Amino acid sequence: MYRYDEHDHALVQDRVKQFRRQVERRIAGEISEEQFRPLRLMNGLYLQLHAYMLRVAIPYGTLDSRQMRKLAYIARRYDKGYGHFTTRQNIQYNWPKLEETPDILAELAEVEMHAIQTSGNCIRNVTSDQYAGAAKGEIEDPRIWCEIARQWSTLHPEFSFLPRKFKIAITGCENDRAAVKVHDIGMIMKRDDAGEVGFEVIVGGGLGRTPFVGKTIREFLPKEDFLSYLEAVLRVYNQLGRRDNKYKARIKVTLHETGKEEFTRLVEEEWNAIKDSTLKLPKEEVDRIAAHFEPPAFKAFEDAAPACDARAAADPEFAAWLRHNVNEHKASGYAIANISVKPVGEPPGDVTSEQMDAMADMADEFSFSELRVTHVQNVVLPHVEKDQLPALFDKLTEAGLATANVGLLSDIICCPGLDYCALANARSIPIAQELTKKYTLEKQQEVGDLQIKISGCINACGHHHVGHIGILGVDRKGEEHYQVQLGGSASEEAALGKIIGRGFTGEEVVDVVDKILDTYLELRQEDESFIECFRRLGQDPFKERVYGTA
Amino acid sequence: MAKESKGTGPQIVIANNLASGRVVFLEKGAGAGSVSWGGLIETAEVAEDEARANELLALAEADVSARNEVMDAYLIDVEVTDEGLRPTKYREAIRCLGPTIRLDLGKQAEGAEA
Repeated sequence: MYRYDEHDHALVQDRVKQFRRQVERRIAGEISEEQFRPLRLMNGLYLQLHAYMLRVAIPYGTLDSRQMRKLAYIARRYDKGYGHFTTRQNIQYNWPKLEETPDILAELAEVEMHAIQTSGNCIRNVTSDQYAGAAKGEIEDPRIWCEIARQWSTLHPEFSFLPRKFKIAITGCENDRAAVKVHDIGMIMKRDDAGEVGFEVIVGGGLGRTPFVGKTIREFLPKEDFLSYLEAVLRVYNQLGRRDNKYKARIKVTLHETGKEEFTRLVEEEWNAIKDSTLKLPKEEVDRIAAHFEPPAFKAFEDAAPACDARAAADPEFAAWLRHNVNEHKASGYAIANISVKPVGEPPGDVTSEQMDAMADMADEFSFSELRVTHVQNVVLPHVEKDQLPALFDKLTEAGLATANVGLLSDIICCPGLDYCALANARSIPIAQELTKKYTLEKQQEVGDLQIKISGCINACGHHHVGHIGILGVDRKGEEHYQVQLGGSASEEAALGKIIGRGFTGEEVVDVVDKILDTYLELRQEDESFIECFRRLGQDPFKERVYGTA
Repeated sequence: MAKESKGTGPQIVIANNLASGRVVFLEKGAGAGSVSWGGLIETAEVAEDEARANELLALAEADVSARNEVMDAYLIDVEVTDEGLRPTKYREAIRCLGPTIRLDLGKQAEGAEA
């Protein structure tokens, strides 16, 4: 893992001191709320429906056990005993007090964490594949490039006041688990014909009220040009991006209005002017950062795991967990263990301080002290010996974290919705809870791979546009209503779902999902997943079942 | 600047406590030189007409500037129900009670100190 150098430490400590003084001045009445708001937002502090909310960055979703314990401590000491993992691999606390926030930031700084650039019109936390450094078939660990982007973008003077917020995601695998095509910039590591590693650069993806799948503006970017190309894209956006209308200010609209060809030409022109400048990455600096992401000292194992196999043969619950929550690892004898934080009937992504401590302990015991937070709002232990999986499963069961539903119907992405969020129009969590309660694990397994994503407003923090089944909460004449859309995907075959028709009440929408699933189960061909079936059949049979007409 | 009353029925003034961020209500007995904020909706001063609503809002805004205890004051519509005073809009009802998915949190669990 990357460890702060003296510059990182100094920067974060200085920011804590600065914010402490700003809070003191606000409480003393020396500055108004209007003056203070941008200052608190620069430090991740929002004012939500019930109280302040603090968003803490977890760079590219990677953290160690020491950091997870600190997050647990903050939840216990300064909040109400829990935190919420977000779709941007961050954590949010829902009840901090303003006067204690500088202390929270000081606590975070002790473990090399902060809340800088988790809000505002700047470059936000760079996100990545939660299996980075562990995934089979990975070209290279993308976190090296996420970290380079983090250092470049932190307090970047030219890009601290962009037309709108800016999100970058990078993956090192063909199989996209980081939703890179719906980010402002998405980068996929790939090899060129000569075998050199570089990046495909995708620009202008995004969700919200105007969703777009990003467009590839460069098929292959050499690694040494990583920063200069990012800088060129940001410069073009900073100059062309609209500042007159916040709803048209994201780069996706800039690219759409400018046209891909012209936008690309402008980026390439800018890039050609700066690519041989100081932004060209020296190999020794890349190597220095890469050294932080060297794989842990894996033991030399055969891939066979007799203890794990024996337990799976004797214990169906363990076998189900193994099937759904455990993925292949690049090192022989190891596995990637996904910890679902989507137990039946609970808010997706919410984790108690006790569970955070338990996960930290499990990371120490089973996974070289490493954890990851996923954009699907789960947690991952990336490097677990296969024969240790039974012992891990037992500990997860004790902690209430052994739900075997990763990738299934109840592994729902869900924003906080109107239960917490001041922007929301409708509640989203209760819909997720009802859906998870309605279907047994057996039924979910029968349905197979399915991504349901729920947002409480058009800002789409719950990624409903890219759900196989997407649900959007709206306010209709003072009542909560829900629109349903089908066919979205956040994978390498990214697609935006389409609304199937008029909306539904909260009670109705759960039955609507039921009808959609019944239709799928009746019409699917052998081994055909929901999204494959939908792509073959289109919306009509689903609409017909839901509305009684095509 | 908060908006003036657009309501036609009873209204109260809601705001956030500056230090804690918690939701607070302009309490009964509000008048010039006598403004206080409490955590329970039951103690809120209810304006029965538009003139009083705008008067309460003006008092609240003046207090926001003068005492720096609360922020973001605005009027919400309320009605008297079997459970007491309740906002008519579900957004404000959730705000005044707490998350519907965590009945152990927010005002519904903690009362005036929430």
